[in-house]
Amino acid sequence: MIHMRTKEKAIEILMMACSFLTVLTTLGIILVLLIDSIKFFSEVSIVDFFTDTQWTPLFSEKHFGILPLLTGTLLTTFIAVLVAVPLGLTIAIYLNEYASPKFTNIVKPILEVLAAVPTVVYGFFALQFVTPLLQQFIPDLRGFNALSPGLVMGVMIIPYITSLSEDALRAVPSSLREASYGMGATKFQTAFKVLVPAASSGIMVSIILAISRALGETMIVAIAAGQEPRLTFNPKESVETITTYIVQVSMGDVPQDSLEYRTIFAAGLTLFLFTFILNNISFWIRKKFQNKYE
Amino acid sequence: MDYKLEAKNANLWYGNKQALKDITLSIEPNSVTAFIGPSGCGKSTLLRCFNRMNDLIEGSRIKGEFLLDKANIYKDIEVYDLRKRVGMVFQKPNPFPKTIFENVAYGLRINGINDKKLLAEKVEWSLKNAALWDEVKDNLNNSALSLSGGQQQRLCIARTLAVEPTVVLMDEPASALDPISTAKIEDLIYELKNKFTIVIVTHNMQQAARVSTKTAFFYLGELIEFDETKKLFTNPEEEKTQNYITGRFG
Ligand SMILES: Nc1ncnc2c1ncn2[C@@H]1O[C@H](COP(=O)(O)OP(=O)(O)O)[C@@H](O)[C@H]1O
Ligand SMILES: [Mg+2]
Repeated sequence: MIHMRTKEKAIEILMMACSFLTVLTTLGIILVLLIDSIKFFSEVSIVDFFTDTQWTPLFSEKHFGILPLLTGTLLTTFIAVLVAVPLGLTIAIYLNEYASPKFTNIVKPILEVLAAVPTVVYGFFALQFVTPLLQQFIPDLRGFNALSPGLVMGVMIIPYITSLSEDALRAVPSSLREASYGMGATKFQTAFKVLVPAASSGIMVSIILAISRALGETMIVAIAAGQEPRLTFNPKESVETITTYIVQVSMGDVPQDSLEYRTIFAAGLTLFLFTFILNNISFWIRKKFQNKYE
Repeated sequence: MDYKLEAKNANLWYGNKQALKDITLSIEPNSVTAFIGPSGCGKSTLLRCFNRMNDLIEGSRIKGEFLLDKANIYKDIEVYDLRKRVGMVFQKPNPFPKTIFENVAYGLRINGINDKKLLAEKVEWSLKNAALWDEVKDNLNNSALSLSGGQQQRLCIARTLAVEPTVVLMDEPASALDPISTAKIEDLIYELKNKFTIVIVTHNMQQAARVSTKTAFFYLGELIEFDETKKLFTNPEEEKTQNYITGRFG
């Protein structure tokens, strides 16, 4: 008996240590970002950082305006979401309401493979296949552009939306389905007027998760979107995202303890703030709606 | 006689299991018909045949005829149209997580009615007919889920009435409610038969006796006896009916 109890205790301590480790890692990341960002902002005004329309820290005439990187990030993410939300949601509705359970059980794992493909593969797929293909229809599309990696990223994040939305749709009580069908509603009407609204909180969470994933995606945009920070919302142009910039600098030969090097922490902190806010929104939605049917 | 609903030699199977056995019965317009019998005897199953809700159950199969106004429910009427003419109220109140107004307007909207004034009129008419108007008329934009269980069930009745069906099927509509709410629903059913044909499943014999004009007693998928409610409860023909209503089984 005593032996059992010590064992239990040991396991408990081990598990606690694990959760502490993740908390510590998170805190460590925030700390590192903050320390170097504070050093950065002691040399560059925060107003310039958010209002200057040029980002040229590595040139002789230095500008530290995050806007071009931010628009690059938001543009590629926006294109991805534009692809992923309608497609992901349609697939979720189809799997839930139209397809046979057998079909769903086969298709869902296949779909999830999309999220498991290494992103470097997607990157080259965008650069060497999608871009040339698109150039057949859009002649003035640049070799590096926001459109092609945006589209490919959209495909990559479909499973995030489908999987969570499908769970949310499935959780809608079947009594609501019966009520709708019982009034003479079609499948389509039932899906879009009853099930989707009833599952809206779960669907929102899935979309937010997908957006976070797209915001943080690095490889695809680094390979196919180019490395030219440009303040534009034109998807045909080459753009640079925050993540691409961070990779570019950390792989380059910029001296570690320099202002140029610290730009990546300021940029990283900006990105972190975005995903942090998104996470909180999704946490709030989940909390607010979790007991709706209980 | 022009019957509203008829079942002729109706059989139903769930997979291999036969749930309805050769049932023949006719229901008059503007009447309240009660289906009684022990749990699992097929009351809900028969009820759901009349608006084809059993179609949603995989592996269910029917043989025989079901008629609405002499037209074959499974052959001559489109299923969406059928369900508008034959509405259904379920055992547990199942309002949509929408406002009170939108719940009642749902059936109208799916029929393409979007005119604000018309919607408001029909919603009011339905809520009045469901005896709920006075309680909710100032809170139409509140969530339906904020209502009490009894109010939710009357809301579901209003939602069903909104598309002006001719038949309303009710599957134990008061079994999840307290006695006061139950009494309100029973009064309501009594009123509704002036405008609609009502078929109600109940496991509560007093309820059947109070609200219905005719009663059908089922046992193990068979229709044992179908008669005037008063006759069936006071002087049944069949011994099984006698045993059931005197509480000797079920
Ligand atoms: N979806 C279903 N699948 C298989 N069998 C069912 C299903 N629904 C009901 N049954 C069976 O059919 C019989 C009649 O059920 P039901 O009509 O619900 O009875 P009642 O409403 O009189 O209690 C029961 O034996 C029940 O187990
Ligand atoms: Mg039943």
